[in-house]
Amino acid sequence: MQRKVRDNKAWFLVLPVFILVAFSAIVPIMTVVNYSVQDIFDQNTAYFVGAEWYREMLRNPALLDSLGRQFFFSFSVLAIEVPLGILIALVMPTKGRMAAVSLILVAIPLLIPWNVVGTIWQIFSRADIGLFGYAVNAVGIDYNYTSDPTAAWLTVLLMDVWHWTPLIALLCYSGLRAIPEAFYQAARIDRASKWAIFRHIQLPRLKSVLVIGVLLRFMDSFMIYTEPFVLTGGGPGNSTTFLSQALTQMAIGQFDIGPAAAFSLIYYLIVLLVCYAFFTAINQLDKAK
Amino acid sequence: MAEIRLKSLAHSYKSKPTSPNDYAIREMNHVWHQGGAYALLGPSGCGKSTLLNIISGLLSPSNGEVLFDGKKVNDIPPEERNIAQVFQFPVVYDSMTVFDNLAFPLRNMKMSEDKVHSRVIEIAAVLELSDLLKNKAKNLTADEKQKVSMGRGLVRSDVSAILFDEPLTVIDPHLKWKLRRKLKQIHEQFNITMVYVTHDQLEASTFADKIAVMYGGQIVQFGTPRELFEKPNHAFVGYFIGSPGMNLIKAKKCKGGLMFNNTLVQLNPEMQVLLDPITTSNIKIGIRPEFVHVWDDKAEGAFECDVLHTEDLGTYKIITMKLDGEVLKVRIHEDRIVPTKKAYISFPEQWLKVYVDEYLVDIDEPEDEVKETI
Repeated sequence: MQRKVRDNKAWFLVLPVFILVAFSAIVPIMTVVNYSVQDIFDQNTAYFVGAEWYREMLRNPALLDSLGRQFFFSFSVLAIEVPLGILIALVMPTKGRMAAVSLILVAIPLLIPWNVVGTIWQIFSRADIGLFGYAVNAVGIDYNYTSDPTAAWLTVLLMDVWHWTPLIALLCYSGLRAIPEAFYQAARIDRASKWAIFRHIQLPRLKSVLVIGVLLRFMDSFMIYTEPFVLTGGGPGNSTTFLSQALTQMAIGQFDIGPAAAFSLIYYLIVLLVCYAFFTAINQLDKAK
Repeated sequence: MAEIRLKSLAHSYKSKPTSPNDYAIREMNHVWHQGGAYALLGPSGCGKSTLLNIISGLLSPSNGEVLFDGKKVNDIPPEERNIAQVFQFPVVYDSMTVFDNLAFPLRNMKMSEDKVHSRVIEIAAVLELSDLLKNKAKNLTADEKQKVSMGRGLVRSDVSAILFDEPLTVIDPHLKWKLRRKLKQIHEQFNITMVYVTHDQLEASTFADKIAVMYGGQIVQFGTPRELFEKPNHAFVGYFIGSPGMNLIKAKKCKGGLMFNNTLVQLNPEMQVLLDPITTSNIKIGIRPEFVHVWDDKAEGAFECDVLHTEDLGTYKIITMKLDGEVLKVRIHEDRIVPTKKAYISFPEQWLKVYVDEYLVDIDEPEDEVKETI
């Protein structure tokens, strides 16, 4: 006969995860929430201010500017990196030694630490000694990212494209490899053009990797900090100061911990919301008959 | 059009083949006639799919020629060959509706939209897909998808041959039968040459008028299902066709017939004459389990066997016996008495086949059955 066992020992098995998640996510976030509703003068003097910081932050022109810049940057990055990544994946060799060589070449930017990427481009783009900056000036284009906001923007964009397009390319490459040969054979027999093959075979089958790619690139680019910080330091002026940098300045540079906490929560919600909206939209498209 | 002729065709996947073993297709000559329903039957890895891909043009043969109605098409790409191919795993364009899938090859040919429409409606009706035309192809079941990929071949009025590469592999058994009948019906209706690759003899014989059995990169026999059964040209055909396959026993020449271990199998004088000049030691006696005669009792000239075990398969039984150290399968009708322990069997002369170097030694070449002209 089997005795029915009634106890809650199973909870002990889940406990490690609870502790881990608590310390890695819940506790830090709650700390931030705690800061965001108080005005702190020193260790012993803090006042509860409610939603005051949130209201103030949503009216802060410097942060709103950064937010606008941030959106513009993320969408530019996606608009360039996604098509470019797909294109690279399509032309990468699939067989033989060249396939391995091209994979390694494409993967190299991904392996470089972020602050090193910033340093590389910082030197590479310098008008006086940088190979790229000097060459551009040599062909007669006035280019100096330290003084011209447009040039600074373009440099930051170019750096990000160089750094992260390989991620999209590699994801798409693996997606393309997963398409059975029969699809291409059938398409040939159906007399499909190259474009039709891309449109009706390759693109639909890249969708799942592209969803991951776009989400990763959106989140990453929306939270970009290190590379522009090293490259331009946010300048000239505030022209390349993105949200993370603005927040860091506020929190650590000015010790405005309360407002900074409020804005980081807003920031967090924006990332969450955009990802959720994107994901839901894709899933809805999928379900549509 | 579409008489497909293969002339001295051979194919190797290696760039510099040295031995015959490097060839996936060994030199062969073969003709598929216009409007025939053919099956290409053989075990996995025998070169069936390679041959099919050569015919459709997806592969270019290393030697020899592929002729469509006498015209060499080696250098013509598949898209210009007027051939359709259906693959093992159904290929549909997921993002399109069933209608758009069927219309796809026509639109690629720049056919006018109202022509496309009428053609698609017509073919969808034949394939019983009319109700699904507005559905996304992605949500179809495997058999519906396979019908769609077949339909993409049928819509093109210029298609004169459809090649099937094990098209029913992923289909549920009860639907296989339905789909096979549909194929047959389409074949009758459209007068299209159909070549159907499979490793399933039942599938081959229900679909095809004539079956080409492939083995080791060669077509070892081309004939009707009945011919393959009654008179396998090659020991492999005997073994591969039939359930269970032919009994094949290695034997040596001796006076009066063939000998294995201590058992003499007598042969008629004609056969003995034919075997006379043969020097090879690769000689086999072949007899189908269905044709072994089982005596009810001891009989003169019958061999005595030990009965090992019996399988009851409903309408028939398969008895496994041991005759002088060699294991034989014998198939008898369910009504027959099953011998226990000892059985007495003989090999009727007309069903006893002799294979030398795997090929049949044929005594009654012309006889009554007029050889179908190839």
